[in-house]
Amino acid sequence: MKTYLPNRFIVERDPARCIQCEVCVNQCSFDANYRDADEDEVRSREENCVGCHRCVLFCPTRALNIRRTPLDYRENANWRPEIIEDIIRQAESGGILLTGMGNDKAHPIYWDHLVLNASQVTNPSIDPLREPMELRTYLGRKPDSLTVEPGSLALKTKLAPQVAIEVPILFSALSYGAVSINVHESLARAAAEMGTLFNTGEGGLHRKLYKYGANTICQVASGRFGVHPDYLNVGRILEIKIGQGAKPGIGGHLPGEKVSAEVAATRMIPKGTDALSPAPQHDIYSIEDLAQLISALKEATNYTKPVSVKIAAVHNAAAIASGIARAGADIIALDGIRGSTGAAPKIIRDNVGIPIELAIAAVDTRLRQEGIRNQVSLIAAGGIRNSGDVLKAIALGADAVYIGTAALVALGCTVCQQCHTGKCAWGICTSDLRLTKRINPDIGAQRLVNLLRGWSLEIKEMLGGMGLNAVESLRGNRLHLRGVGLTDTELEILGVKMAGA
Amino acid sequence: MTAERIPMESGPVTAMDSIQIDAAGLTTQQLNDLLRRAVADGLKKIELRNVCGQRYIGTDLDQPVEIDIYGTPGNDLGSFMDGPRIRVHGNAQDGCGNTMNQGEIVVYGHAGDITGLSARGGNIFVRDYVGYRAAIHMKEYQEQKPALVIGGTAQDFLGEYMAGGTVIVLGMELKPGEKHRARFIGTGMHGGAIYLRGEVEKYQLGKEVGVKELDDNDRAALGSLVGEFARHFSYEAEGLLQGKFIKLVPLYLRPYGRLYASG
Repeated sequence: MKTYLPNRFIVERDPARCIQCEVCVNQCSFDANYRDADEDEVRSREENCVGCHRCVLFCPTRALNIRRTPLDYRENANWRPEIIEDIIRQAESGGILLTGMGNDKAHPIYWDHLVLNASQVTNPSIDPLREPMELRTYLGRKPDSLTVEPGSLALKTKLAPQVAIEVPILFSALSYGAVSINVHESLARAAAEMGTLFNTGEGGLHRKLYKYGANTICQVASGRFGVHPDYLNVGRILEIKIGQGAKPGIGGHLPGEKVSAEVAATRMIPKGTDALSPAPQHDIYSIEDLAQLISALKEATNYTKPVSVKIAAVHNAAAIASGIARAGADIIALDGIRGSTGAAPKIIRDNVGIPIELAIAAVDTRLRQEGIRNQVSLIAAGGIRNSGDVLKAIALGADAVYIGTAALVALGCTVCQQCHTGKCAWGICTSDLRLTKRINPDIGAQRLVNLLRGWSLEIKEMLGGMGLNAVESLRGNRLHLRGVGLTDTELEILGVKMAGA
Repeated sequence: MTAERIPMESGPVTAMDSIQIDAAGLTTQQLNDLLRRAVADGLKKIELRNVCGQRYIGTDLDQPVEIDIYGTPGNDLGSFMDGPRIRVHGNAQDGCGNTMNQGEIVVYGHAGDITGLSARGGNIFVRDYVGYRAAIHMKEYQEQKPALVIGGTAQDFLGEYMAGGTVIVLGMELKPGEKHRARFIGTGMHGGAIYLRGEVEKYQLGKEVGVKELDDNDRAALGSLVGEFARHFSYEAEGLLQGKFIKLVPLYLRPYGRLYASG
């Protein structure tokens, strides 16, 4: 069938600079560059270009540039090019359109409408360069009250397991199979070096990464891939995945071609078979059932680890979070509509769920109203782009945040949204061994450590500016936030005042 | 929430490498704690008396100990279990063998919903019937091949999303001419096999399931598991193997491969 899809990008090749070295041919995993045998010349198949910039950045003579195609449709605010082209794609394929990464639509990004406070005159700001700044955060259920031994002041209350993280930023769930082993190793090593945690996602943990268990959150999802006693015991935190922000309410299908021998061994399924994760966990149809799996995991690990429950931020997130806290979870992970994925139906990624900023505020408010906020730690995920977003999330009520896309961008991702193809030219979201070696875990870990170090320094500067010396003092402290360009309803849900008020 | 630990001396009576534990009045956590310590102490045979609804029995045990349960164990019996052999002298409730890795559960009665959910290894024998969604998402891995043998019948969604392993339904409770009632059998199935004795109509099967006649390999696999089932419950294996069996297999290894297009 002749395709009616126009090219998305133009590959501009400067003939004066191109030395015909074929680096671009070898680097492009989408076959957008090739050597024309007849003309003996390197050329481009622009219809294949996804705009990932791999060739541009690896061209030794800087001969390449990628531009959006200037092809215009007649102006139409309703029938925009993306909408027209999605219809063409479906008319030619008859399938559910898949995509990768997070929602790219222009829903309001509330981070950009929230501003942080700073001290001026009436209370001194703190200089983090000469005074200690505390970024350590303890994840886990906190008791309603403490009793201490009179005299010795030894703690009498038995605490639920607590996990200390040295920066309030964790790496979000990225399953092995969706991302490569080198990405997992980069994340694990960076987490270990920075005193934080990475999350296995639902594809199990490769044996060679078991040594990073103290910095690992082991996920248990509906497919139960790789979930066996050693896996449950090696991690620091167990996380039950109910949903994710990129695709609330649906499961996941890892296609057989991504299930290599190593992925199969880690997921504990035969090589080359589809790894189907059903939409629900079939032993969880209610809060009571959730309580049962939480308890089963605690029993299976002898009450040594906090259990987290991850949900996509949806309309009733606040009420659901209350149920999760009461079901015995120690941590709730909330993933907003801008959360990313290795593959999701585009229509779901772009239309289902609610922004994380509103969800954090709603959940924190509800748990406080019910007097159970102390029973859970709250981790916010889905669209955290920089240290400002981190602090705003904490001020809205989160204990810590997960970053996924930001971590992948640190590794080279340019958010070209081709994760679902398995052809990632940056070697991130692929199990093709030719591509996965493009991520060197030594360099990958260093880039991630650098990112977290940079954000930590910025967070300390901003906290100091607010006159705070511990990130825990900011948690849920919405007086440190003001809104700009928001309606009264938005301000009310966020629980913040308008700037100037 | 945490219960006080019970000192070993005050509860159970030990003799050689076996132990009897009176579970009356124990919480789930107390009972599992006793079990954990009994196994750590090297005991091989454990008898639980007066079990009444305690959950997750055997969950984090990784030794091939024998556990006899008298009474009614609660949900998630043997979930995540890695080796023990459990005999339930009574009925099992929901989630029996959930995500089990290795071991054996023999139920001298019936079992509830999601029996064998996501099991990756081990065998489950249920003398009577099981509830809904049995063997859902059962898998297999290398030499680990779970099996669920059901003496009676099963309810809807038997073997849904099944990715490996063997399910046998013997239909012993069915009267002459009575059919199995389960619907949506094997919906989304993409691995493993279900052997069913007795009749089902086409509408009872998931769209992704095909019906096959048994070959010699099937009969050998069936004979071995049904033989084991018969030994546990003192039946004659020969009688159980009589009658018409059908084999349900996935029609496609990639049932949802054609669902998607690149966006």
